[in-house]
Amino acid sequence: MKKTTSKRMFTFGLVLLILVLAACAPLYAPVYTVILLTSILMYMTIAVSWALFSGPTGYISLASAAFFGAGIYTSAILGKALPLPLVIVVGALASFCLALLVGALTLRLKGIYFVMFTFGLVELLLHFILWWEVTICGTTGRVVPPAGNATVFYAMLIILVILVLTVFIIRRSRYGLALFSIGENEEAAAHAGVHVTVLKIIIFAVSALFMGAAGAAMATRWTYIDPRIAFNPLISFMPVLMAIFGGIRPLYGPIIGAAIFTYLEEFLITRFPYYYMLIFGIIMVVAILYMPDGLVGLIQRLWKGISGRKHADT
Amino acid sequence: MGSYMMVTILDVVISGLLLGGIYAVTAVGLSLQYGVARVLNIAHGEFIMLGAFITYSLYTRFGINPLICFAICGPLVFAVGFILYRTLFTRLRMSSPTPGAFEGNSMLACFGLLFIIQNVAILIWGADIKGYTYLAFPVDLWGARFAANRLVTLGFALAICLVFYLFLANTRLGKAIRAAAQDPDTAGLMGVRINQVLALCFGFGALMAGLGGALISISYKIQPTMGLEYTMIALIVIVLGGLGSIPGSFVGGLVLGLVGSIVTHIEPGLSLVAYYVIFMLLLLIKPTGILGK
Amino acid sequence: MPILEGRGVTRYFGGLAAVSDVDFQVEQGEVLGLIGPNGAGKTTLFNLISAALSPRSGSITFRGKEITDLKPYQICRMGLARTFQTVKIFGNMSVLDNVLLGAFFGGEGRIASADAAEAAASALEFVGLAEAAAIPARDLTLANQKRLEVARALATRPELLLLDEMMEGLNPTEVNRAMGLVKMIQDKGITVVMIEHVMKAIMSVCGRIMVLHHGAKIAEGTPQEVSTNRTVIEVYFGERADASDS
Repeated sequence: MKKTTSKRMFTFGLVLLILVLAACAPLYAPVYTVILLTSILMYMTIAVSWALFSGPTGYISLASAAFFGAGIYTSAILGKALPLPLVIVVGALASFCLALLVGALTLRLKGIYFVMFTFGLVELLLHFILWWEVTICGTTGRVVPPAGNATVFYAMLIILVILVLTVFIIRRSRYGLALFSIGENEEAAAHAGVHVTVLKIIIFAVSALFMGAAGAAMATRWTYIDPRIAFNPLISFMPVLMAIFGGIRPLYGPIIGAAIFTYLEEFLITRFPYYYMLIFGIIMVVAILYMPDGLVGLIQRLWKGISGRKHADT
Repeated sequence: MGSYMMVTILDVVISGLLLGGIYAVTAVGLSLQYGVARVLNIAHGEFIMLGAFITYSLYTRFGINPLICFAICGPLVFAVGFILYRTLFTRLRMSSPTPGAFEGNSMLACFGLLFIIQNVAILIWGADIKGYTYLAFPVDLWGARFAANRLVTLGFALAICLVFYLFLANTRLGKAIRAAAQDPDTAGLMGVRINQVLALCFGFGALMAGLGGALISISYKIQPTMGLEYTMIALIVIVLGGLGSIPGSFVGGLVLGLVGSIVTHIEPGLSLVAYYVIFMLLLLIKPTGILGK
Repeated sequence: MPILEGRGVTRYFGGLAAVSDVDFQVEQGEVLGLIGPNGAGKTTLFNLISAALSPRSGSITFRGKEITDLKPYQICRMGLARTFQTVKIFGNMSVLDNVLLGAFFGGEGRIASADAAEAAASALEFVGLAEAAAIPARDLTLANQKRLEVARALATRPELLLLDEMMEGLNPTEVNRAMGLVKMIQDKGITVVMIEHVMKAIMSVCGRIMVLHHGAKIAEGTPQEVSTNRTVIEVYFGERADASDS
């Protein structure tokens, strides 16, 4: 009992230390580092949001790019009219509403049909907005009023902290239990009294909310956006790979996965600009082949191997 | 006025069939890979792109007739697909606890493959848009004019689908493939070498993609990043025709081509939007496809 | 007034009547056995009652309220819980969490966490799985997985429990324990409807038996009445009698 309390205190202290260090980054770190950290925070937010819904329920959503893009476009349309915090809130709500609608339509689809529908949504929005920009507005893209590097960094940090707290609370609540039960056996969950449809739709929308907020904040760093930037299909696949790479089940799995992947991307782009996507692909395939439970699962297995041996000695 | 109307309709219909023929070839390949080998191959378009670029190189470098290139690029792409299944996907299939888990894992592995193939292609051919002219002279058909290469493309697309259908219906291997599609476990018990058959299926799927790519290169511009769009279209077609149904994919391809041609005639920018609207409505209302029960 | 009542309940599968014009009443506090040859429509009837399927025609009332058009979760919350023929447990969740889920969501209104934990613990205690609370549900034996399903259903505080072939695949000792469990459930004041093939269990536990054949109700009555009913002997016991003769 005592051991777990001290362990918990240690974890808490560690998280606090990382947070404080991160929060002060713009004060001491070079601009390049702040920008990299912002990217890492962005991917962490998307990956954790994705894992909030898809992790326990097993519904693989490829709609992340649609929700992220909805946030970006909100920022592009309202950026000049409203202050940044308000833009982020509106972007988040826009994504939330989009997800409610999509969720109500699609969550009765199972397995591969759900996957295809969510990805179709991204492509539909992309091509519709492409057409709309060119034909109706006569433009190819939009200028977003830029916010400073430090501002975007803090916005992303705040979004991520709120997200992690939200996920933590949901996971520990009865609704976290219900989400896992849906992934295990949806029919049994319904017959045990879980309102499966409503729970799925709401959690799906909450996960979209944070993706939308991240999109709205990040748009101000890119300053120019067009539909192909806003609805980049890569944003749909990255969180899946990051979460699987890190480990879907524990909360820190997608966080670790996002940190490693984003850093890796940056590292590969600067060192091997022509080979980086290639190396990336190879890492993905290897990760899926050899790390079924993600990095966290791999470490846990190794750890069990070591500690198991210790017990055997005594 | 009446004859002008007729020519317009003819123009739209034949353009639609031309497009549809290519869609059908590529979709039949994807359908085989998903329906039998259970791999939702997101990298399908990369095999199309490979077929297109191999044909492009053979024609522009060595002056080999694109229609003869079929005999070279088909087997090449088949080999790539077959080897990939024997190594990567067989291993994944063995390590996945459930068929559902295999579907998820293999789809993600395909996404990795997409990156790998696409970027290898960029290293070899560069990232620019490429194209060549072959049989580009116009042909008059009942008053409407078409480039000869597009008509040849349509003829070849229909022929490829027909040959493939006859192969599935009449040969021993074709029957083994259909048995494996029905029920892999039982087919395994009945003496079908299941891993071999699944790998062949995946290879044949890649082959169809490669041939589709070669056809595309004859009448359209190509570039290493063209794959995803063709993958998505093939995916829409197989949903339209009913997941896993080969004849369905063929019919679905032609139907989608016609839809694309009609929408392009009315509002050029909206053909892809129309595809996705159809796709999503189908998934919601009739996920078994237009020919499904 | 019967606690559960069905009138003219009918359901087709592709032109075939799986359940056809079945009337039934379940009285408060009884244990009703539902028997019939394979494919007689027993599980379909359970699915219709618990709203896993919706009937083509007919109506079902529970405690005087129409439940025909409700959703599964609503029916569970009204106090009508079920188990499944092929166990549907949450394999990767702990035994306790399986039951906790029922306690949290299965009852009417919102339950406090502490009360849910207590309800879950006592349901596990009741079925004899208290020691296994922390292990993943997939590691239980089949008999214990079936008990776990019962515990999950009990944690929803039901007034009526549908048990679908709880004793199938169990060895004789386990069957005896399961029969004891059904009696204990009845003693708690919970009404039970059970589908069962194990005749010994049906005869000793059920106060009344209903027989389905080809989707239609062909007999109903006490175990004595049913076992001497000529139609029943022909379609059902007939097969069994032949089998035991040879």
